[in-house]
Amino acid sequence: MLKGKKVIVFGERDDISGETAGRCLQAAGAEIIYESTACFV
Amino acid sequence: MKNDLTRFPVIKNCAYCLSHVPDLVPYGSKPYREIAHNAAIEAEINAYLRSFEEAVCYPPNQTFIGNYSPDDLAAMPRPWFGKSINSDQASAIKKGKFGEILDQETFLAILKLADVLSPPLFLTDKATLQKLHKCLVDHPLLNDLARKLSELPAGLEGQLTEKISPLALPLRVGKDIYGTFSGDLRSEGRDDENLVARYLLENLCVKASGSLAVKWLLHREGIGPEQIDFLISCGEEACGDRYQRGGGGMAKSIGEMCGCINASGMDIKNFCAAPASALVTASALVQAGVFKQIVVVGGGSLAKLGMKFQAFLDHKMQILDDSLASMAFLVTQDDGVSPIIRLEDGAIGKVPIGASTSDESVFRHYLLKPLETLGLQCTDVDKYALELQNPEIMEFAGSGDVAKKNYRKIAAMAVMAKQLDKKDMNSWIDQVGMPGFAPTQGHIPSAVPYIGHAMEDMRRGKIHRAMFLSRASLFLNRCTNLLDGVSFILERNPNLK
Repeated sequence: MLKGKKVIVFGERDDISGETAGRCLQAAGAEIIYESTACFV
Repeated sequence: MKNDLTRFPVIKNCAYCLSHVPDLVPYGSKPYREIAHNAAIEAEINAYLRSFEEAVCYPPNQTFIGNYSPDDLAAMPRPWFGKSINSDQASAIKKGKFGEILDQETFLAILKLADVLSPPLFLTDKATLQKLHKCLVDHPLLNDLARKLSELPAGLEGQLTEKISPLALPLRVGKDIYGTFSGDLRSEGRDDENLVARYLLENLCVKASGSLAVKWLLHREGIGPEQIDFLISCGEEACGDRYQRGGGGMAKSIGEMCGCINASGMDIKNFCAAPASALVTASALVQAGVFKQIVVVGGGSLAKLGMKFQAFLDHKMQILDDSLASMAFLVTQDDGVSPIIRLEDGAIGKVPIGASTSDESVFRHYLLKPLETLGLQCTDVDKYALELQNPEIMEFAGSGDVAKKNYRKIAAMAVMAKQLDKKDMNSWIDQVGMPGFAPTQGHIPSAVPYIGHAMEDMRRGKIHRAMFLSRASLFLNRCTNLLDGVSFILERNPNLK
């Protein structure tokens, strides 16, 4: 679905982490060019 | 020995305090940075600060100091802020079962007392020093400190003005100037970015607020400070100078201020999970017989004051993250009454370095694994405490209800482990969960605010077992992309019938 697409991933520690979102996007064919997880607490 | 639960250490007592310091909000990290960009923001912040009475009567604050239970809070309709209050009511409830909500003037008195440098960092004049002295004299738990304060130099001979040094921070109570706080101006402090006013103020706010919690802990336990063997501080500050930034020494600083003359101490760092790590370490030291009475103390975070101020201003509402929170716990050998902390092999939850940082992996390691080790299921735990940030502070900033989100994750893990039916998730969350009630003070809200309430509920037989799960954003150190999770289980003392 995302083959050939480059994606930037922003995650949140107490929600969906960058790693989790990134793995889903990778599985859909995307290339992760930046991934970060923020902490808002 | 396997099932002999009487051999475990206990959390014998606890204390929780809030120091309402609205005029320190501009020195929180976010406000300070925004004011540096646009000085007009400071006036906007000042226009939306709460009164002491409003902070005292705020239901989450009342829950933090133990006057309301989490169940009481859950039953109160939102919003919790903006209710009409009166000063008589506030006066009656500023002290709670676990501690108190301290006013700003009295906090400045203990802040002054926390300053041991000569010349002082906190400069004031003699008249103001007398005013601060009176605050301590009038406070039943702090009046033993009043004499020490009167022996301190005010620092200023002339008239107090906030323009003493361009690098000093004015300390105010409302519109009244109470002094200024400078960096280390001695030759050994020169050109050291770690010893500027704001960082030293941050450190002394931890010392002062942590000392308040320890004073309350000793008062509640009815023991003298000389009976403490060891202190562990779990605050988020980074004391030290250019050669050892973050070196520590906070535990003994607090112990010194509280008169714990026979104690030694150390600091434990693990971001928000430091209190959980400190309690586990304290329990292990007691279990091993190294020390008998250990205080775990966490002082408040100046950096996190006003962290969500922009959202409050956008909504034209009062700034709710206006208080330094602090807490202290007494860990001892089993007294036959207090809740035990389970210390069997595998009972303490951890997230190994080799584990994925995905939510499922983290919860598998620090939720499911320790329970499995003890032969328990998720549904064998009566209450879970996770990140207990007050949702009213988080939601306006767009971060949602952190506590509720984490309870859904626990319930989902229980369903995936086939320990809970999916259709029962919501009712189970209502049963084992609670609303967040702690201010956004990093390490303070991380599960441990429930310990006091858990102790009450266990003593009354309302619950038998509670699990505490803390997370730490290790990636904030820029040295790793890891996060951490620490969990432990408290149980009603098996000697209680």
